[in-house]
Amino acid sequence: MKTMRSAILWGVAVMLLMVCACAPPTRQVLETQESEVRLRSIQSRIFETTDTNKTLRAVIAALQDLGFVVDKANASLGVVSATKLSGYVLRITVSVRPRGESQVLVRANAQYNIQAVEDPESYQRFFDALAQSMFLAAHQL
Amino acid sequence: MRYKAMIQFIALAAGLVLLLNNCAPQIPKEALQLPPEGLKQRQLQSRQFGTDEKTVLSASAALLQDLGFVIEESEPACGLIFCSKHRDASSTGQLVGAIAVALLTGVVPPVDRDQLIRVSVVTQPLVVDAADSSKCRTGVRVSFQRVVRNDRGFVSLQQSVVEPHIYRDFFDKLSQSLFLEANQL
Repeated sequence: MKTMRSAILWGVAVMLLMVCACAPPTRQVLETQESEVRLRSIQSRIFETTDTNKTLRAVIAALQDLGFVVDKANASLGVVSATKLSGYVLRITVSVRPRGESQVLVRANAQYNIQAVEDPESYQRFFDALAQSMFLAAHQL
Repeated sequence: MRYKAMIQFIALAAGLVLLLNNCAPQIPKEALQLPPEGLKQRQLQSRQFGTDEKTVLSASAALLQDLGFVIEESEPACGLIFCSKHRDASSTGQLVGAIAVALLTGVVPPVDRDQLIRVSVVTQPLVVDAADSSKCRTGVRVSFQRVVRNDRGFVSLQQSVVEPHIYRDFFDKLSQSLFLEANQL
């Protein structure tokens, strides 16, 4: 009986330690699961065009095809944000920047409910939809 | 014996913590995939008008104001207007159902109370003629969403609006708005 009680006490102590070891919720402000370099690579694609406005419009069209409502856009910065509601909340920001003389770089980042989307497959599906909308192939970084 | 029990307990606790960390649902595969009914959806949500992009955008803004929406974002350089409105979401049918359930079980089920309606209007210049706007063609795509809250303050529904008649009515009204705009009314 005594061993049982001390085992429980030890267990509780370990649990408490584990909970305390978890960082405070403010750590989430700058938290990512993946490294920045890897995130950039899975969230970015290069397109062979120089027309950033046309690319931005193609991004908006692709987002609408995917069922998003576009809630923010800024053509001079080349950013657009959109929300998809389908029992869940999926928010996405896409930026379009010129890259060198003949290319544009498109980067997307998304959050699903309260989680960051950091799996490569989801972004691959998004860029497949975008490539269809642009009639251009998407190249990896 | 004591150590064995302790190790078992720690393993259990660690398992629980791992489980708690992993139990959040992951993003579904179809969330960022073109849906099979995509073309039908696009046809339903799109229309073309025989005028320039700026006119279509300002007629859309006027119509959205007619419909009581608050414009939250507009960016003519990529043809976007985004707006929203808060409205009542209660329905008599649901209320009667809730009363019946309450009488039968003694538990009052939640009923829908209010909704946020969100809409984005996106224009796309198809034919541009700077000299003559009547030769221009502009595509418009509109999409509606709803977020419904119940009387307990929780979100009970968040979805895209897919009813075809809503989109048909919107474009009928947009044609009228363009006519009014053309005639400076």
